[in-house]
Amino acid sequence: GKFGLGRAALPEEIAAWDKDVAPDGTGLPAGSGSVEVGEEIFAENCAICHGDFAEGVDNWPKLAGGEGTLADKDPLKTVGSYWPYLSTTWDYVNRSMPFGAAQTMSTDDVYAMVAYILYSNDLVDDDFVLSNENFLDVEMPNAGGFIVDDREMAEKHFWNPEPCMENCKDSVEITMRAMVLDVTPDEGGDDAAAVTDEAAPAVEEAAVEPVVETVALDPELVAKGEKVFKKCKACHQVGEDAKNKTGPILNGIVGHAAGAVDGFKYSKPMKAAAEDGLVWSDAELAAFLTKPKKYMKGTKMSFSGLKKEKDIDAVLAYLKSYAD
Amino acid sequence: AGPDPLITELQDWASGTGDGVDATPYGMPIEFEQDVVRRNVEWLTADTISSINFTPIHALDGTITPQGCAFERHHSGAIELRKEDYRLMINGLVDQPLVFTYEDLERFPRENRVYFCECAANTGMEWAGSQLNGAQFTHGMIHNMEYSGIPLRTLLEEAGVQTAGKWVYVEGADASSNGRSIPLDKAMDDVLVAFKANGEALRKEHGYPVRLVVPGWEGNMWIKWLRRIEVTEMAIESREETSKYTDTLEDGTSRKWTWVMDAKSVVTSPSPQAPIKHGHGPLVITGLAWSGRGSITGVDVSVDGGKTWTEARLGAPGTDKALTRFYLDYNWQGEEMLLQARAKDSSGYVQPSKQDLRAVRGENSIYHNNCIQTWWVKANGEAENVEVS
Repeated sequence: GKFGLGRAALPEEIAAWDKDVAPDGTGLPAGSGSVEVGEEIFAENCAICHGDFAEGVDNWPKLAGGEGTLADKDPLKTVGSYWPYLSTTWDYVNRSMPFGAAQTMSTDDVYAMVAYILYSNDLVDDDFVLSNENFLDVEMPNAGGFIVDDREMAEKHFWNPEPCMENCKDSVEITMRAMVLDVTPDEGGDDAAAVTDEAAPAVEEAAVEPVVETVALDPELVAKGEKVFKKCKACHQVGEDAKNKTGPILNGIVGHAAGAVDGFKYSKPMKAAAEDGLVWSDAELAAFLTKPKKYMKGTKMSFSGLKKEKDIDAVLAYLKSYAD
Repeated sequence: AGPDPLITELQDWASGTGDGVDATPYGMPIEFEQDVVRRNVEWLTADTISSINFTPIHALDGTITPQGCAFERHHSGAIELRKEDYRLMINGLVDQPLVFTYEDLERFPRENRVYFCECAANTGMEWAGSQLNGAQFTHGMIHNMEYSGIPLRTLLEEAGVQTAGKWVYVEGADASSNGRSIPLDKAMDDVLVAFKANGEALRKEHGYPVRLVVPGWEGNMWIKWLRRIEVTEMAIESREETSKYTDTLEDGTSRKWTWVMDAKSVVTSPSPQAPIKHGHGPLVITGLAWSGRGSITGVDVSVDGGKTWTEARLGAPGTDKALTRFYLDYNWQGEEMLLQARAKDSSGYVQPSKQDLRAVRGENSIYHNNCIQTWWVKANGEAENVEVS
């Protein structure tokens, strides 16, 4: 180049980053996955936000349904009803999902997941196996539903060198008011404080005595734990303004009763464990965090687990720094 | 009234001393301005990590948005990426795929340009009717900064674009891997690879250390934490250019590649969050106007819901794809007003009414709502977001 700056990109480097897939299948790696396998992976990694049947939880996106609704008052846009290219689904799942653990799935697992999403939209049968070979054979219902920006033609009348300045209307009436809906957030500091109070966990009221040792926390370990906690942040909050999200608030969790955060809907097994008197001691939490689904079959926590013991120690130290 | 004690009595600040120069090595606004902050509308999204907040445009003046209160939109949270760990790759249909470090980028010739960045969803909650009561919430997905950066053209030429290359696909380093396809013509025109805004490093939430600036085009294309530019033959049609950022019309078909932000304006004061608190007499009506197709040539203001219009005064002549401030110096006698602004740009485009926009697009577009906004200012000076016939 003219400036001679930068260096040649190596083939391995390009391979590591250049993962996008185009509608004609350019960029798609070889592999395959079945609906059956996809269903399992989906239940474990995706259902917490997108629902067991890809129907969506809370405000998280629905991935299935909505066929024939695009011209309705409230269209439901899903992979089945709206997305024009299957490449987009594969590419997005591969590079951006699952939320909080992006780019960790194997190629075959991505095929399986996409197969399951197709199945949940009734676009393939339950014995379907998606692969790079049959990828372009899948027909997307809304493939023909898009036109390229035509504003300059369709809205030509908005180019108007002499807009009306006087007597532009006979009368003006108010036809709708925002106050009637009242969905505007409050701005006052008082309100914010009130919300925090309500959302604060009721851990003090738990019947179990705290078992936290009152040793001083190692600030370095706490700092390390804060980094590890990034993996948890997609679902959990700690601190003064923490609220229940996909997972419960974790203030004061170490040493306190399980399943006791106010306003959080726990899974059945977690509720049962709480009734049996489970207390989140260091040891119990460490065991849970190593492999959540093995420790408690049926837990809503979709996290796959912390492999390193020192990461667990660090994150426990960090959580202890939010004792209450 | 008697003499003002603020004048006649000795005040503490006129007698004692204030802070020394080391009190705030990097200053924050004085405590009395604490309400001038970004705000979130919680019910809009499932989680703040993939969400948006709003610039307090009702409380600002001039045109430059301070970085600290400029709206944020992330799809997987704002990441921390050190300059030392930063790499930018150019690959695809180029003669020589290249990798640049941050230091490399600082050695290319650079430019300074002021541009607005508007989220395509700005005002999107208002398609079906007036919903949110404040200019911050209806129009605050916008900011306007002075960027220092390298023309993307310079970097593409350094790698050597091959003749088969018609598009660039640009992506970020965060977990959302937000990627967009941009036609090569635009990439070679005015797009910047920026690392400074308003004179200082980009903020984390705006893509530190390097983001793309795509003047006049929807904010989603302004890739933050920019890590890769791939020259391609075709558009990649990623999630952000098919499933999202496409505009569904009344008949169920959807427009795609609606990149340009149409001309738009809004009165920022008076407005629901900035009511008139003084008495009758002089009132400054002010607001912002912008266009992705060029510069603002004029703004008309109506106080009667669009029956009659008066040309406002521009704070400074409009510049290309940047915010323009307008003022109407008005003598208010306590009458109710239905306050509107109407932007006009250098392409001859005039900002349409909500009815005119709905007539073409229906109510399900979500994005690109650039209709005329109405504030109902009441006799007590309070204002409300309304729709008028």
